[in-house]
Amino acid sequence: MNIPKELKYAKSHEWLFFEDETTARIGLTDYAQKELGDLVFVNLPEEGDEVTAGESFADVESVKAVSDVYSPVSGTVAAIHEELLDSPESINEQPYDAWLVRVENITDQEDLMDAAEYEAYLEEL
Amino acid sequence: MKLIFERSVKGRGCSVLPECEVPVWDFGEYGRKKELRLPEVSENDISRHYTELAKRTHGVNDGFYPLGSCTMKYNPKINERTAANDGFTGVHPLQPEHTVQGCLEVLKTAEQVFCEITGMDRMTFQPAAGAHGEFTGLLLIKAYHDSRNDGKRTKIIVPDSAHGTNPASAVMAGYTVVNIPSDPDGCVDLQKLREAVGEDTAGLMLTNPNTVGLFDKNILEITRIVHDAGGLVYYDGANLNAIMGVTRPGDMGFDVIHLNLHKTFSTPHGGGGPGSGPVGCKDFLARFLPSVQVEGDGPYTFVRQPDSIGMVKAFYGNFLVVVKALTYALMLGKDGLWEASRNAVLNANYLMEKLADKYKMPYRRTCMHEFVMSLEQEHEQIDVSAMDIAKALLDYGIHPPTMYFPLIVAEALMVEPTETESKENLDEIIRAFEEIYEQARTNPEAVKTAPHVTPVGRLDEVQAARKPHLKYSYDE
Repeated sequence: MNIPKELKYAKSHEWLFFEDETTARIGLTDYAQKELGDLVFVNLPEEGDEVTAGESFADVESVKAVSDVYSPVSGTVAAIHEELLDSPESINEQPYDAWLVRVENITDQEDLMDAAEYEAYLEEL
Repeated sequence: MKLIFERSVKGRGCSVLPECEVPVWDFGEYGRKKELRLPEVSENDISRHYTELAKRTHGVNDGFYPLGSCTMKYNPKINERTAANDGFTGVHPLQPEHTVQGCLEVLKTAEQVFCEITGMDRMTFQPAAGAHGEFTGLLLIKAYHDSRNDGKRTKIIVPDSAHGTNPASAVMAGYTVVNIPSDPDGCVDLQKLREAVGEDTAGLMLTNPNTVGLFDKNILEITRIVHDAGGLVYYDGANLNAIMGVTRPGDMGFDVIHLNLHKTFSTPHGGGGPGSGPVGCKDFLARFLPSVQVEGDGPYTFVRQPDSIGMVKAFYGNFLVVVKALTYALMLGKDGLWEASRNAVLNANYLMEKLADKYKMPYRRTCMHEFVMSLEQEHEQIDVSAMDIAKALLDYGIHPPTMYFPLIVAEALMVEPTETESKENLDEIIRAFEEIYEQARTNPEAVKTAPHVTPVGRLDEVQAARKPHLKYSYDE
């Protein structure tokens, strides 16, 4: 399982890369993409949308099911990764390059884990 | 096989279409500039084309179809005979009432019969299918709260085991969905429900028996909790086939329901049906019903409800489907419907018990009309998934069960045999399931690459979803 050291992780299997204290890119972890299976559709919010920690901000669809993606932080969507809309498979192929959104003005966040903690968390599942 | 466009030869034709019986009108500059590119084929070509397509399909007329929660029961042919009656097919929806009294009597009788079965007071036949019925029912709930100036009720509670259409319909109706987890038995967690209800609760959507095929024994307490909080309770009729003549949603405390005539009442399901999702309600909601209701006792008249939410479909819904469903209900009668439900439950239990030797049943106890098995262990141990088992069943001429649903069970297969399968059929089906299970252990590769004898093998569903090829491209 690929768990990059420089990222933070949420219990709902999103990764975060903090550009600075209040700006982060968010994506789905390698574990999440394996569990979801081959993705065929991604639904992203719009630039300027507010996201709330613990609430759904996007959804991803596999052949099996549609799943919500939960935001680990509260803030404003500064950018979305538009290429993903046409190539959802890149989440499966390169989960840590396939960021979904870039969130700025982060005011609140869930309890996040570092790579070692996330690895331990996965082992318990 | 060839597409019908590929069978087309310039100038070929046939005489299956009748002569045009209305004057031809030239639209001048607004008319089509190009000829319509319809396939040009002979009657023989058409006949062979559709026969070939029909051979490649699988329906209840071909074999077992245990698609859980869809109630794919046999559709008696007498339904088609009554629905083909000239008096039903030769009418126009704008005809004066006194010339269509028979049709109005059908709607009135159907309302009485289905209200009796469900314990409701009034029913509309406008909605075209189950999810459309859910949407209509939620609009009734909304109209009720609005009529009391109770605008703070913005949330609909849905258990995590619910059919996916429930939260979707609630969102379409403008509500926020609150998901509550199931208890370890797959039933509503009463404590979580108590915590979820409040002044903002518009209602709860529920199906009973629930999605794992168990009757929620706390149902009276569940409906009471929601009512005490000021909300209404909606019954998803998907699972009514288990309880006809035994118990009624109206008696369980439900205020609004929908039925799937194309499930429980033996009208065609799938392939464009068309469906029919009548919505029943208690008296206090009747004034909000969509469109018109049939009133009177001969002569019958259409009457618009005073505070109607408006039309949800053109005219009177899929009327001929109502004719078929009413035929079914009247042919079986009170005792027959009761027996149908009892046999549906008996068949499901027989199948579950026989399969439980090999397949893991996460909720192993007396089930209702369907049950859920889990291939989680097999998936982990021998890398054979629910999908692989489902595909292998195709080689036995069996339609796969519902897969990967409900979401609360990993590697789920949801099986609903219905009452219209004989014990002999069920025994054959059990043998098929057992053989596949054995093969998964001894030769997993064969199962993982199934099906092998169908017109096409394992399809690349991911590629089909990512890069769908939906239209024919002409050679220009």
